[in-house]
Amino acid sequence: MKRYFGRKLLVYILTFVLAVTIDWMIPRFMPGDPISILISRFGPRQGGYEALQGYFTSAFGLDVPIWQQYLNFWRALFQGDLGISIYVFPTPVIDVIMRAIPYDIALLLPAILLSWLAGNNFGAIAARSKRLDDTILPLGYILTATPYMWLAILLGWFFGIVLGIFPIAGAFDQSIPAPSFSWLFISSFLVHWFLPFISLFLVQFGGWAIGMRNMIIYELEADYSHYLEALGAPTRLVRRYAFNNAVLPQITGLALQLGVVVAGALVTEVVFSYPGIGYLILQAIQNQDYFLLQGCFLFIIFGVLLANFLIDVAYVLVDPRTRMGMQGEVG
Amino acid sequence: MGLQVENLTVYYQTLRGSVQALEDATFSIADGEIMGLAGESGCGKSTLSNSLVRLVPPLKLIRGRVILDDQELPVADVERMNAYRFRQLSVVPQYAMNAMNPTRKIGRMTSELLRSKRVDYRAALPEIKRRLDLVKLPQEVLKMYPIELSGGMKQRMVMVLSTLLNPSLLIADEITSALDVSTQKAVAEMLVEFRNREFVKSIIVITHDISILYQIADSIMIMYAGQLAEKASTETIIHSPEHPYTKMLIASLPEVGVRYADTRLTGIPGKPPLLLDPPVGCRFRHRCPVAFEKCVEAPPFLEIAKDHFVACWEVFRKYA
Amino acid sequence: MTASTVIEPKKRSETLYFALRNNKLRIGVLVLLFFIVLTFVGPMFTDYEPYQFVSSGAQPPSSEFWFGTTTLGHDVYTQFVLGLSSTFIVGIIGGGLGTLIGIVVGFTAGYRGGVVDELLNILTNIVLVIPALAVLLLIAAYLEVRGIIAESLFIGCLAWPWTARAIRAQTFSLRNRDFVDLARLSGMKARKIIFSEIAPNMMSYLLLAFILQFGGAILTAATLDFIGLGPTEGISLGLMMNNAVLWGALLLKVWWWFVPPGLAITAIVGALYITNVGLDEVFNPKLREM
Ligand SMILES: Nc1ncnc2c1ncn2[C@@H]1O[C@H](COP(=O)(O)OP(=O)(O)OP(=O)(O)O)[C@@H](O)[C@H]1O
Ligand code: SF4
Ligand SMILES: [Mg+2]
Repeated sequence: MKRYFGRKLLVYILTFVLAVTIDWMIPRFMPGDPISILISRFGPRQGGYEALQGYFTSAFGLDVPIWQQYLNFWRALFQGDLGISIYVFPTPVIDVIMRAIPYDIALLLPAILLSWLAGNNFGAIAARSKRLDDTILPLGYILTATPYMWLAILLGWFFGIVLGIFPIAGAFDQSIPAPSFSWLFISSFLVHWFLPFISLFLVQFGGWAIGMRNMIIYELEADYSHYLEALGAPTRLVRRYAFNNAVLPQITGLALQLGVVVAGALVTEVVFSYPGIGYLILQAIQNQDYFLLQGCFLFIIFGVLLANFLIDVAYVLVDPRTRMGMQGEVG
Repeated sequence: MGLQVENLTVYYQTLRGSVQALEDATFSIADGEIMGLAGESGCGKSTLSNSLVRLVPPLKLIRGRVILDDQELPVADVERMNAYRFRQLSVVPQYAMNAMNPTRKIGRMTSELLRSKRVDYRAALPEIKRRLDLVKLPQEVLKMYPIELSGGMKQRMVMVLSTLLNPSLLIADEITSALDVSTQKAVAEMLVEFRNREFVKSIIVITHDISILYQIADSIMIMYAGQLAEKASTETIIHSPEHPYTKMLIASLPEVGVRYADTRLTGIPGKPPLLLDPPVGCRFRHRCPVAFEKCVEAPPFLEIAKDHFVACWEVFRKYA
Repeated sequence: MTASTVIEPKKRSETLYFALRNNKLRIGVLVLLFFIVLTFVGPMFTDYEPYQFVSSGAQPPSSEFWFGTTTLGHDVYTQFVLGLSSTFIVGIIGGGLGTLIGIVVGFTAGYRGGVVDELLNILTNIVLVIPALAVLLLIAAYLEVRGIIAESLFIGCLAWPWTARAIRAQTFSLRNRDFVDLARLSGMKARKIIFSEIAPNMMSYLLLAFILQFGGAILTAATLDFIGLGPTEGISLGLMMNNAVLWGALLLKVWWWFVPPGLAITAIVGALYITNVGLDEVFNPKLREM
């Protein structure tokens, strides 16, 4: 188990270092002198130069040797200093991101977990009967093949505009001044949340249902299933065991799918102007707010790595083989 | 009592046609008998075993009856057979190494399996522990996952598990082939021990390895290309077989019973026929040195001497 | 001697036989063919440029503008058929590169084993956990000029880990099969066995891998284009959806603008997946009964 986590952590740490390095390198080594563009972007703004000076000397410090610059970048990072946003000038990037994060969590966590649960259960049901299989399977393939933004657009257009029952922009009504624990806010939040949530949910659901259906069929052909059947165990027991074992690769799959899901969330937020990281990224790109973009990049990587780690812990809890430290490699 | 099989014929239904893997098998096994079942790879040994235990597509029952303890088994009815499996009829599968759910502790799996058969695990626990002692497994295995056991241990665990409800008939398919020679011997002797203690009444031991059968089997049945060739006491099969195929088979073995060599039934020239479109009559006739016109008809499986059954026209001619 | 010569042609015709009567494969290939033909033939039926002002905005589909016009007065059909070719280019180049890197990394890791395997495995896992789109965003955002080829190459460079892992596992299992011993026992013929048994086995596998990479690259490119970081020149299906959202197609109910591009992507990627499953059933006799 130690070895298992050791390897995982090694990969995660290396990944994070690599990501930070990419984040540091890209503006410096891209063609077309992006740094000066970066600086020039701040020029016309009131107090722009002063605001930048602190970050530039700590994180960029262009007059020191390159390795020093790299170390300085790391130091600034550990102090939570990701620069100043242009889009919401002069708020520090880290604050802008922190404001967006709760919306991402509110959207992604339920969408990922619920679609995973629902997909697994439907997939297991599909594996049980030919008729259901014939409907759920094609539906599943269509859903996984659907680009996230397209489903979001279709749902927004149909339920938001044609039927007019859901709002299609923002996270809550504009007339509400600030988030609070009032019924007014919560209900407004929920109706704004529903469409982005359901479109994220549906696309993933298809993938999980197909995955589970295939895994169950595979497990039902495993030796232990045949042995149970040879001993006349009821179908219920055989299926339960198959399900329990088929869930394991689905957990691994969850970790592997995170990147795709995050990408899906980004574009879904863009469609619904939902104020999470995805929406920020769009604004950053349109406003050429590179600090914000880079900050978002680091947060996405960090979030994905963290989620991967949590999934690893969950996996160890459910698969005894990893605890025995003998086999059962994941991820 | 015991097992009676009458005209059992099962085919694999495939897109290319029927694979006629078992044709008119008629034989019986007495209570207390350990019968070895041998024959070249692909001759239908596992098919015979499966058609008794779990006859599911693509396997299809064409005709025949199976009677165990004076009761006809509904072999073609997967659901109704469940009542007989494990209690009356059980298996130690070829794949015993992977037969246990990898993510359940063995004790828990056992209890769930027993509960599904309406047997109380608690009540059965003392007996389980006695049997674990008998096969020299520590009682702690019940708290372990299969992965924590060695191959031999898993094999013994599955043997204990399969026989827990004292079935009348146990089928052991190739249970020794994955083991080293000394473990093979121990496992084989364990089967005899199980029979002697009446955990099981009779056993069918399927193997390529005649030397194992020489050690433990009371009788041996030889199959060829989906047909029964000969069944007799072990002594008779080894020392005075009648069927031409059995004769060649035994003659090809190096000093059976003296060495535990890896004697496989491969030393006969020619190839068995494909069972998709087998020759009519005796399926051995293209390789048989004494074949004659009559052999285009399928020979019945007849008792030529007490407990000595043969399916061969040449032999019948001799005994006629 | 006889066995292999007799069985070989039979095996091949059997694969073909199953391929022709596999419904999933038939549907998948038919849909793909439809879009491929449309990509080549479609542009012949339009005289417009994708960004040419052809009419007052937001005309619904008509005999003149088959797919209607955008709110900006562009012809949707023109954008659509030209966008299709971008989609296939990304699929072929991005998916091809992803497959190629995956094969090289996976085969090297599986074949060499040991330290090489260990290192490549770590590399594979790193690229696997990094969300590809995030990296693509960052790179694309800093590029002033972006071409479709470059986009495809970047996508391919980040998409290979899946394939590498699958190929590695496959190589391992093939290497550990007794074919080497078998070849030695039967005289020589190791090469013959590699080419008659291993290679065809691997080929079907690679085809399946490529199909999945193809579909993945299309989806990634569409996502990137949708955020506005696609090629700076030309048109693509993702860009069409991006423009539709930016220019108020939802509010103005100009559904003919955003339905075709998404539908095409869904149909193409879905057809690829279904083809994949169908081929898997054809190559893998165990799955045929289902
Ligand atoms: N699922 C199947 N579909 C079609 N034919 C099958 C199937 N399983 C087995 N057969 C065929 O049935 C025949 C008997 O197979 P069986 O597995 O019973 O042989 P066996 O005697 O147990 O061989 P082995 O000693 O190798 O285990 C073989 O010719 C085999 O090709
Ligand atoms: S029946 Fe005929 S072919 Fe068959 S074994 Fe006897 S003699 Fe040989
Ligand atoms: Mg067998």
